Amino acid sequence: MTLHIDIPEETMSGILAKAFRNTAFVTGFVITVLILAMALVSYVWTPYDVTKLVIADKTQGPSLAHWFGTDHFGRDILSMIMVGARNSIAVALVAVGIGMGVGVPLGAFAAARGGLIDEALMRVNDLVFAFPALLSAIMITAIFGPGAVNAIIAIGIFNIPVFARVARAGALAIWPREFILAARAAGKSRTQISIEHVLPNIATLLLVQGTIQFALGILAEAGLSYLGLGAQPPMPSWGRMLFDAQTRMVVAPWMAIFPGMAIVITVLGLNLLGDGIADILDPKSRRQR
Amino acid sequence: MTAYLLKRLAISLATLVLASIVVFAVLEILPGDPARLMLGMNASADQVELLRNQMGLNAPLLLRYLHWAGGLLSLDFGRSYTYSVPVIDLVRERLAVSLPLALIALALSTVIAIPVGLFSASRRGRAGDTISMGAAQLGVAVPNFWFALMLIYVFAVWLRLVPAGGFPGWSAGIWPALKSLLLPAVALALPQAAILARVTRSALIEVLNEDYIRTARAKGLPYRAVLWRHALRNAMIPVLTILGLQFAFLLAGTIIIENVFYLPGLGRLVFQAITQRDLIVVESVVMLLVAAVIAVNLVVDLSYAVVDPRLRSRQ
Repeated sequence: MTLHIDIPEETMSGILAKAFRNTAFVTGFVITVLILAMALVSYVWTPYDVTKLVIADKTQGPSLAHWFGTDHFGRDILSMIMVGARNSIAVALVAVGIGMGVGVPLGAFAAARGGLIDEALMRVNDLVFAFPALLSAIMITAIFGPGAVNAIIAIGIFNIPVFARVARAGALAIWPREFILAARAAGKSRTQISIEHVLPNIATLLLVQGTIQFALGILAEAGLSYLGLGAQPPMPSWGRMLFDAQTRMVVAPWMAIFPGMAIVITVLGLNLLGDGIADILDPKSRRQR
Repeated sequence: MTAYLLKRLAISLATLVLASIVVFAVLEILPGDPARLMLGMNASADQVELLRNQMGLNAPLLLRYLHWAGGLLSLDFGRSYTYSVPVIDLVRERLAVSLPLALIALALSTVIAIPVGLFSASRRGRAGDTISMGAAQLGVAVPNFWFALMLIYVFAVWLRLVPAGGFPGWSAGIWPALKSLLLPAVALALPQAAILARVTRSALIEVLNEDYIRTARAKGLPYRAVLWRHALRNAMIPVLTILGLQFAFLLAGTIIIENVFYLPGLGRLVFQAITQRDLIVVESVVMLLVAAVIAVNLVVDLSYAVVDPRLRSRQ
């Protein structure tokens, strides 16, 4: 499937020019790229080895040697944040992938079929929405055991109805359009039309929702690993670092401050990016949360 | 109207029944035998079997579901495996912490968000708007449990104004109890307020573009009066919707915050029950929360129909 975005009035260069003038987009884009780069760099280089415990260096404040200080095992906080970024991004990204991969086809199918199937699918959606997401995520990780993979599943499941709803609403707005009628007259099946004509037209919506869910996924993963249900030690994760920091707030506040700031900056960057994209590509339908 | 009402009610009830089946089924596949957990590892197989019979764990699946669901309806949730007290007593005790916490947080978030939204919308595009919406953008990105840690550091560790955690109970007096709920409420309220302020602003901006606002201005009403009397009133519909959803979220979403502050609330109860495999407690609390979410959604839906007459005639 080739994904070609239908942009009738504007050219690609016009959009790029608009993007560069959009402060939210530029800020969000730069932050997101920097965080991604940080996570990637951590695979080949970190200031210190995060698996090596240097008890002699434990709970040292920020210094030139350790910019963000060290934790109770003498591990470098900056290095741990870099490695933790991998985990946060991987969990949130795959969870978005699950949500899109299952939710979008469901939503598009519901919109294309209508009637009873649509009604049934939307009722199932209501059902999932009735469960407080965090509580259910905790239950899922408790059932299948804590760990990054189960955190992904737990967060991913709750992305499905979100994407299904967005895809359905977007597709319902596209179906009455004339070019769809033309495609139907040409004898294309509903599935073909959904893939070739509807999907490209709701791609923007899905992209914006994707950045929102990505940001929410980062927050959810942090919450789960704070409760000890996410990635397990010795793999550093931002939420786990905050948990370790809590009882040491008096002697080592930097253990809490820097990982938290990493979460805030990442989520802020993604939200700005989403706002920016929504603004540039479709100024009318600004997202509301 | 009646047809619409009945349809919504029927859908809500169906969702509730389906949810109860899902909850029951999910907890059936949870590993770990509650009877074995209660008796400890040294108990003999016979003892475990005896207790399983006493607890009704050996009854057929459908029978156990019906028994459980019937109990829920009469507020008889059964007895907790670990606490050996009726679940309803536990829930009542924990709600005395979680409900005030959620209400204080909701009140705080509303008191912050509505004025900020009003301020922003009336200064759309100007410096004040940019600054407050920037702050809201930041607020949305802050994990509430990290914000809680920062609050503990500043107000409990550094300034020593409030306790860092724990709950003295309402019997210790209203003020000490409220004091220990203050930081958790602020931590919960900030991200909620940030979302609510954004919604208020965009709802207001939409309303401010309406013809009747121009008419009100044209007939000489001062801007302030138009903003408060005409615009805010009409913008309240989406704001109330979000408020309803946030209340439902707050009841359940306090799990992490209650853990941060060691508060004996509903969230902490269910979290501990999950780790201790206290299925009866988990089932009951989850169902209560689901019922709360469904009820709030229903009220929100109905209030839409009450406020907007067009919705009434359509269905």
